[in-house]
Amino acid sequence: MQDFGEAFRLAVSLVLSGDADLVEIVALSLKVSLTAIGLACVIGLPLGAIVAITRFPGRNAVLILFNALMGLPPVVVGLIVYLHLSRAGPLGFLGLLYTPTAMIIAQTILITPIVMALSRQVLEDLNAEYAEQFRSLVLSRWQQVRALIWDARFSLMTVALAGFGRAVAEVGAVMIVGGNIDHLTRVMTTAIALETSKGDLSLALALGMVLMVIALGVNAMVQSLRMTAVRHAYA
Amino acid sequence: MTFKTRILATTAIVAGIAASGGVAQEQSILVQSTTSTANSGLYDHLLPIFTQESGIAVNVVAVGTGQAIKNAANCDGDVLLVHAKAAEEKFVADGYGVERFDLMYNDFVIVGPDEDPAGVTGMKDAQASLEKIAASGAVFASRGDDSGTHKKEMSLWAATSVDPASGSGAWYRETGSGMGATLNVAVGMDAYAMTDRATWISFENKSDFEIHVEGDEDLFNQYGVILVNPAKCENVNAEAGQTFVDWVISDAGQAAIASYDLNGQQLFFPNAD
Repeated sequence: MQDFGEAFRLAVSLVLSGDADLVEIVALSLKVSLTAIGLACVIGLPLGAIVAITRFPGRNAVLILFNALMGLPPVVVGLIVYLHLSRAGPLGFLGLLYTPTAMIIAQTILITPIVMALSRQVLEDLNAEYAEQFRSLVLSRWQQVRALIWDARFSLMTVALAGFGRAVAEVGAVMIVGGNIDHLTRVMTTAIALETSKGDLSLALALGMVLMVIALGVNAMVQSLRMTAVRHAYA
Repeated sequence: MTFKTRILATTAIVAGIAASGGVAQEQSILVQSTTSTANSGLYDHLLPIFTQESGIAVNVVAVGTGQAIKNAANCDGDVLLVHAKAAEEKFVADGYGVERFDLMYNDFVIVGPDEDPAGVTGMKDAQASLEKIAASGAVFASRGDDSGTHKKEMSLWAATSVDPASGSGAWYRETGSGMGATLNVAVGMDAYAMTDRATWISFENKSDFEIHVEGDEDLFNQYGVILVNPAKCENVNAEAGQTFVDWVISDAGQAAIASYDLNGQQLFFPNAD
């Protein structure tokens, strides 16, 4: 168990010394995963809302598909994105493989189903409360979507956090499409995988601890945002 | 802090992070590489010297030799640096590579737990030691990932009377992962494993493992370097890639390879013509 003590000391000293490489990979991790969750929300929330308030043939099949896609294996997403972005693939001319953009694309594909499926559930529950009012006000579908998303915004923050958590923690997709290139596409999880493969378990674990603290920090920031906003709303 | 200023602060932090990424490089090449050269720290020693002399930044994707060759054949790289001569020659013959150059060598070793349950310590004959390991019922951890090391291991088994595939899942365990990951597995299972010496020396989770078999000519490990063919892949940065290939096989590059050592041991021995 000496790995844990050693890892903890390493983690603290890495953070305190402001290790330049560490700062770089932490920044890239946050940049990639925050951008991915931003895009996933822009795509996933309206889609989730539309499905929440409409009834159409085959709706159940769509719901099952949404929910099933939440379990997309990152490595499969990585492989699919690789095959498209590879020079030999249909989008190869874009030259995006082994760039942070490719990593953002892969993570967005990975977590958009999570945002869709979870927001659909949240908004459908809220819609059950609002449906009658919507009818009496004769709101357009788009107005309903906006009203639902706005009123559910605090619950939807948790949805976004679930998506962010999955994105920042996955290694399979970014490893394949990013290539774990030093100073270019190396993020926390691929760095951890690399140090593990070098047998430097203490450093790998130390990086894992840093990653968990960062996830904690992002969650704390969102929580404080929510609390301030709630106070503001009911003041 | 009010709600709005908090949102502004968060946005500013995110935007700052977004802006800080993306280092602009004038000239850069992408090398599809085997893992041992990256994990052993050779590139950390070699590439800064090259970049300083040439002004060309080198990005490395370190994967198993099989995957590196596949990626390069998909035109996803400018230079291929791996260790599976037959596969490399096929890569060139198929038109994907311009020309293959011998670059450097080291050797493979068979490592295992200190107690040595199969009693192979000190053996020189690689095939005989593998037969002995198989006969003893000891566990053997194989890469099982079509990498250069895996190809070499399979060629050694092919020359023995043992078919390891028949013991797959029992005494013969194919991890399907990289050298370091396979060594971690071997250490966890007290299994024998074949590894290149560079990865072994730089591997930091050795536990009580030692080198048991070394020195057989069949354990020779040759690395080669190839420029991906610009006639096949028009995106290849041929000029910068050729500069890199020319440099690593030049006297300066070869000397830089020879000067890399870890814990006082030289890891790679240059042998370009």
